[in-house]
Amino acid sequence: MISGKLYYIKRVLLIFPTLVGITLITFLLLQALPGDPIQGMVGDRTEPEVMERIKNELGTDQPLVLQYLGYVGLLLKGELGRSYYTNRSVVEDIAQKLPNTIKLACGAMLFSIIFGLLLGILMAVQQGTVWDRIGQVISVGGISLPVFWLGLLLIYIFSFVLHLLPPSGMGSGSFLYLILPASTLGLNSAAYLARVTRSSMLEVLSQPYIITARAKGLTGYSVVLKHALKNALIPIITLIGLDFGSYLNGSVLTETIFGWDGIGRYAVDGIFRRDYPVIMGCILVGAALFVFINLIVDLMYGFIDPRIKHEGTA
Amino acid sequence: MKRGSVKRAVKKNKTLAVSLAIICCLLLVAVFAPYLSPFDPMAIDLDHIKQSPGPAYLLGTDTIGRDVLSRIIFGTRISLFIGIMATVVSLGIGLLVGLFAGYFGGKIDMAITVIVDFFLAFPSLLLAIGISVLLPPGLLSTTCALCLVGWASFARLFRGMVFSLKENVFVDAARVIGCSHLRILFIHILPHCLPVCLVAASLKVGSFILAESALSFLGLGVQPPVPSWGTMVSLNRSYLPSAPWMVLFPGVAIALTVIVFNMFGDACRDALDQNIKV
Repeated sequence: MISGKLYYIKRVLLIFPTLVGITLITFLLLQALPGDPIQGMVGDRTEPEVMERIKNELGTDQPLVLQYLGYVGLLLKGELGRSYYTNRSVVEDIAQKLPNTIKLACGAMLFSIIFGLLLGILMAVQQGTVWDRIGQVISVGGISLPVFWLGLLLIYIFSFVLHLLPPSGMGSGSFLYLILPASTLGLNSAAYLARVTRSSMLEVLSQPYIITARAKGLTGYSVVLKHALKNALIPIITLIGLDFGSYLNGSVLTETIFGWDGIGRYAVDGIFRRDYPVIMGCILVGAALFVFINLIVDLMYGFIDPRIKHEGTA
Repeated sequence: MKRGSVKRAVKKNKTLAVSLAIICCLLLVAVFAPYLSPFDPMAIDLDHIKQSPGPAYLLGTDTIGRDVLSRIIFGTRISLFIGIMATVVSLGIGLLVGLFAGYFGGKIDMAITVIVDFFLAFPSLLLAIGISVLLPPGLLSTTCALCLVGWASFARLFRGMVFSLKENVFVDAARVIGCSHLRILFIHILPHCLPVCLVAASLKVGSFILAESALSFLGLGVQPPVPSWGTMVSLNRSYLPSAPWMVLFPGVAIALTVIVFNMFGDACRDALDQNIKV
């Protein structure tokens, strides 16, 4: 068994192999990409000596290990290359688009917390009734619906049929433009959250202190919201944190559909143009973000619930 | 798990029976697609473009006159093939890795855990996108991408299971009578993992079908003109206001298929009374 402090140190140290692994993967992907970039630079009818000279200058004739170290060195300097297409710096582009993605993710998180918690509490309180069944059907549906299709469906209903909300774009930051993309991105995790809330609430509601609270004559709402929910929150908060990382996955699809100017759409545009620096930059930044968010969530466990003990084998 | 107990579980549990029946139907649709579809899914008929659903074309036609129903029926093949193949392969890899890591422990376990954690720490869609960029897009590359993403969660699940299973007395007994490590692993420990395999696999099929449709939607999965549900939604999405059926029905097909596999997995889990997360 490892004591608490050691666990945190181990957990923080563990992100280094992960980060190395991520850079290794993007590096190998870059190496394995079809086509010879030098051939592309100089054209087909070039003297072999010229090719050799350029290879030497760019360092592509060095062993892979040295090339990889050079690549990591560039990354540490914050250099992700330039887009083949626009010749803009990938780092600057990502820095400009990331806040939009975070805004969208926050909107999605808000949506999933509101709906997931409400639905979950409703299902737990009404356990075994029709409401419980309906809630379960909704949550299974929410988990199973394809994000991109749901987004299109929402656009069709709310923009083309009801004319309530704008179909796509960012509308220079207007809140109306955030509603559809955020609900699309958040629905999946709202469904998961509802399930976890339900089971967590059911567990807490069967505890003796809930019976005590009821016996004291407290009203149902006060028992559920003040006594039960507080203690049921731990797994729920964990899930909310973990989901924030998974929004990166969803944002790729959501941003494409809604024309949201974030890194998800940036990555997809890069894919369609075979703009490799952009694709690799997005994968690298996305994966690194994901790793750090998961780290923060893991470290927060102990603060949220002091009862959690970290053991070496888990 | 004995065959008898499966039968009993199906009889007792309506959700399990219904979802199993629907899955069988889907498999039949996939196998007999050429006989079931009213039209050739690839046949272009410019005289009947963007027909709304009606008696001739039950689910309408798309922008070049192809029958949407026939394309959905043929799309079942792609979705089920990729979903099931990717699940079988990643389950196989994950099971093997998990068995060895959990049973032998020590340094082998440490090394495997670091690799597994790394794959789990990577956003799955981004990893799949990276792989699809590398391999020429198609059936095989999509399956490979999903396997590479999926095996790690299986490995972690079975590692944990074997970790506790190997402390059982029957493992000691097997060792005492002189069984080899491999025999203990595959004859004595593996059968205890099989029920969990069933639950984990059926939940995974659904998520793989979703991931396949997402990759196809992004243009990285199965390539047109082969009918895949994700591609159908993607290609026709600009016609949503004028011809919603072209987008609506393939999505319904994806959603229903995934719901059925998730229901089946949930019902299996309830029947086996296991707490499994994949």
